[in-house]
Amino acid sequence: MERIPILQMGEFLLVTIQVDMHDQLALTLQDDLSERISRTSARGVLIDISALDMVDSFIGRMIGTISGLSRIMDAQTVLVGMQPAVAITLVELGMNLPGVATALNVERGMKLLRDRVEHS
Amino acid sequence: MATLQAKTIQALQDNRTDLLNEWTHSLEATGATRNLKGDDVKQQTGEFLNLLADALHNSGSQNINHENWAQTRLFLEKLSHSRALIGQDSQQTASFIFALKGPVFALLQREYASDGAHLAEQLWEVSELLDGLGMHTIRTFQKSREAVIKRQQEELLELSTPVVKLWDGVLALPMIGTLDSQRTQVVMESLLQRIVDTGSEIAIIDITGVPTVDTLVAQHLLKTVTAIRLMGADCIISGVRPQIAQTIVHLGLDLQGVVTKANLADALALALKRLGVNVSKAV
Amino acid sequence: MSEASSGTHPVLIEQDVVLARQLVRRLAQECGMRLIDLTKLVTAVSELARNTVVYGGGGYMDWAVVEKDLRPGVRLTFRDEGPGIPDLKLAMTDGWTSGGGLGLGLTGAKRLVDEFELETAPGEGTRVTITRWS
Repeated sequence: MERIPILQMGEFLLVTIQVDMHDQLALTLQDDLSERISRTSARGVLIDISALDMVDSFIGRMIGTISGLSRIMDAQTVLVGMQPAVAITLVELGMNLPGVATALNVERGMKLLRDRVEHS
Repeated sequence: MATLQAKTIQALQDNRTDLLNEWTHSLEATGATRNLKGDDVKQQTGEFLNLLADALHNSGSQNINHENWAQTRLFLEKLSHSRALIGQDSQQTASFIFALKGPVFALLQREYASDGAHLAEQLWEVSELLDGLGMHTIRTFQKSREAVIKRQQEELLELSTPVVKLWDGVLALPMIGTLDSQRTQVVMESLLQRIVDTGSEIAIIDITGVPTVDTLVAQHLLKTVTAIRLMGADCIISGVRPQIAQTIVHLGLDLQGVVTKANLADALALALKRLGVNVSKAV
Repeated sequence: MSEASSGTHPVLIEQDVVLARQLVRRLAQECGMRLIDLTKLVTAVSELARNTVVYGGGGYMDWAVVEKDLRPGVRLTFRDEGPGIPDLKLAMTDGWTSGGGLGLGLTGAKRLVDEFELETAPGEGTRVTITRWS
């Protein structure tokens, strides 16, 4: 089955979404991630969406859910690389993703993740 | 419907050189050739007469929407487009076709001198045809003009509000003058793009020079702040005038989570503090 | 208004939603639509096509490249023969959902396009037509 790969970097998990996802793929990613957080006791999740040219309410909801799930499992989530057009569209759609931490790129995201893990 | 007779089409072909000369004279007389190079006019008039002759010869139809007229239409579209770009007005452009009427009518008068009924019919047909082609020219001219104006408007919008770099990682957007919804949208979009391009973590939108905002613009501002956060950067709004503050509160817009500062200097100080930069006087 | 080209695209299963997005992206690019407008349109397509699959039980997307006052645009109609929407006013309220979503599909899509028209009746399916000018 088609899956989005999850990379492990020390105590962090890194997900780079590069394909135009259909809903089932997004749900599978959500399940895979929570399973991996639990199995590896990861402290942080970095989701890179710089290659996505569209985020609709379904993907937006998935991101919010992953962020919420990981928090319950004592891991921090940082979303990085959202394109300007995608951000404007999401806001117009009414999805502000409250509570989801964001950063401009993977490098900044990693730094933010380390800071947050230290303080949690 | 009556059609152009073979005799008419033949006459147009046989008198091509005379027609060209008279047409050029008539164009010059109406002032339609001002700002144009003489060679260009010569080349264009010649090419048009050739296309006209071909189309009449091949189609036997004066319906200029017909496929056989495609080349002629394309020629006129290119012509009006180039005229629009060099700033000719619609009258000058349309004259290109209409100036041909005089010479053609004169020619027909000579050809059908002894045949009044046919003369009237053929005059009418030629007139209809040239009017159609003239209208097509004006229509496409208008289209080109509008495209030019639209592009200029967009360029002006972008010029009117530059995004400036204040510090490594800090961008500022000093907005001046009345904001309308379209202008706000364009400058906000360019701010967001610059954030990505420069990797800046903090953006300051300074609205000191903005006298008032309406609901739509205030909403745009707030949406931009949210979009910037989604992208992973922070936004500070500086220079909010009392009237604007009142508008925002009055409209019940939620400014929670939006950082505001009295002026640009305070906003920059906060931005530097967040970046961990210390500014002190050299002793 | 005139139509330059048009066609119909099936929206029967989840994968069709992705294909519909890609088709509309191409159409919008051909119209010379700005990236922001294009992104909004494609996102609206995603929401509406998903509705067609999930709530309408599958249907079709009619597409057309149109022109009005010299402006090109993309017009799309999502149609299904599903159960329809019993309470339209409720369905067009932000945050209301019948399917466990966030309830941003219909209202969200409406905000992302220039023109939005919805026809529905209980038991008679749903038809949503949207247009975005470039």
